[in-house]
Amino acid sequence: MLQVSLYRYNPETDQEPWMQDVEVDTGGKDLMVLDVLELVKGKDPSMAFRRSCREGVCGSDGLNMNGKNGLACITPLSETVKNNKLVVRPLPGLPVVRDLVVDMTMFYTQYEKVQPYLQNNNPAPAIERLQTPEEREKLDGLYECILCACCSTSCPSFWWNPDRFIGPAGLLQSYRFLADSRDTATEERLSKLDDPFSVFRCHGIQNCVNVCPKGLNPTRAIGHIRNMLLSRAV
Amino acid sequence: MVTAVTSMGRSGLYDWLMQRISAVVLLAYFVFVGLVLLGGVDYASWKSLYSQTWMRIFSLMALLSLGVHAWVGIWGVLTDYLTERLMGKTGNVLRFVFQMACGLTMFTYLVWGIQILWGY
Ligand code: SF4
Ligand code: SF4
Repeated sequence: MLQVSLYRYNPETDQEPWMQDVEVDTGGKDLMVLDVLELVKGKDPSMAFRRSCREGVCGSDGLNMNGKNGLACITPLSETVKNNKLVVRPLPGLPVVRDLVVDMTMFYTQYEKVQPYLQNNNPAPAIERLQTPEEREKLDGLYECILCACCSTSCPSFWWNPDRFIGPAGLLQSYRFLADSRDTATEERLSKLDDPFSVFRCHGIQNCVNVCPKGLNPTRAIGHIRNMLLSRAV
Repeated sequence: MVTAVTSMGRSGLYDWLMQRISAVVLLAYFVFVGLVLLGGVDYASWKSLYSQTWMRIFSLMALLSLGVHAWVGIWGVLTDYLTERLMGKTGNVLRFVFQMACGLTMFTYLVWGIQILWGY
């Protein structure tokens, strides 16, 4: 039997959050953490968590498992469980709505700030804006982000200043559009990032790189943004 | 854009660059002083080293760098932990007080340092 400890909080009935200990029969299989949560919910329907695609594509089941953020659906027990114990908590640093469900507003507000869409004030061509394969290649490692928030909620700088530091996820997307050959708003984008918080709160701790379930590297993207700011200023 | 009136230069890039540059100066200074010390010093050679103008300039540069580096660094730490978000208005007051205390300390060190460098 797997010993599972779950973060529970129902604002309507609980004064404060508490940890629920349950035993789960995994049938000796190396289940995904999400499967374990489903087994728990089968017995106790009051348990709340988010999920959708269950294959690491939608990004809705970002959770903190044994102290490390990740997607529950693609995290096998063998990867996270030590001494037969699994502790599941909501993503750190965001307000908890209920049990494992967090309020992602602060995360999305930062995402919105970087204007995550293509801006181009040149007349639209007849068919489409073309890119060379080399130009397209620059977007690899940037466009794959699924906005699961695992990175930003593992970043101490985001914990302390989620209202002012854009955070690794937002900055990765910021660079995705700064690096896009079809985007013409580079200057406007950069001038919004030059304050002491938006980008420069990143201290290169690389917690974000450590947890990204898509294997992306926000720290590198942040370094690129910093270099763009630098070469435009000196 | 997020403004920050107590940061060094009010631009993140400026603060970041100043911190890097001051770090390089400090590193160079301490490595140099370290090497001199390793080579063995007595009072006379130490005094003659510090009576050279270039050494005084180098030392003053290191002292100024220490001030800049400390200001940017402390500002970063304080705006993480002593904030309105974490402790309400008290956070702002505390942060300001700590920042001023740090500023005063650095200023004292600077004046005192100049006095030592040029006073003997
Ligand atoms: S960068 Fe990775 S961890 Fe961060 S939101 Fe995107 S997919 Fe999730
Ligand atoms: S590298 Fe930067 S963005 Fe990533 S976790 Fe560290 S401080 Fe946060």
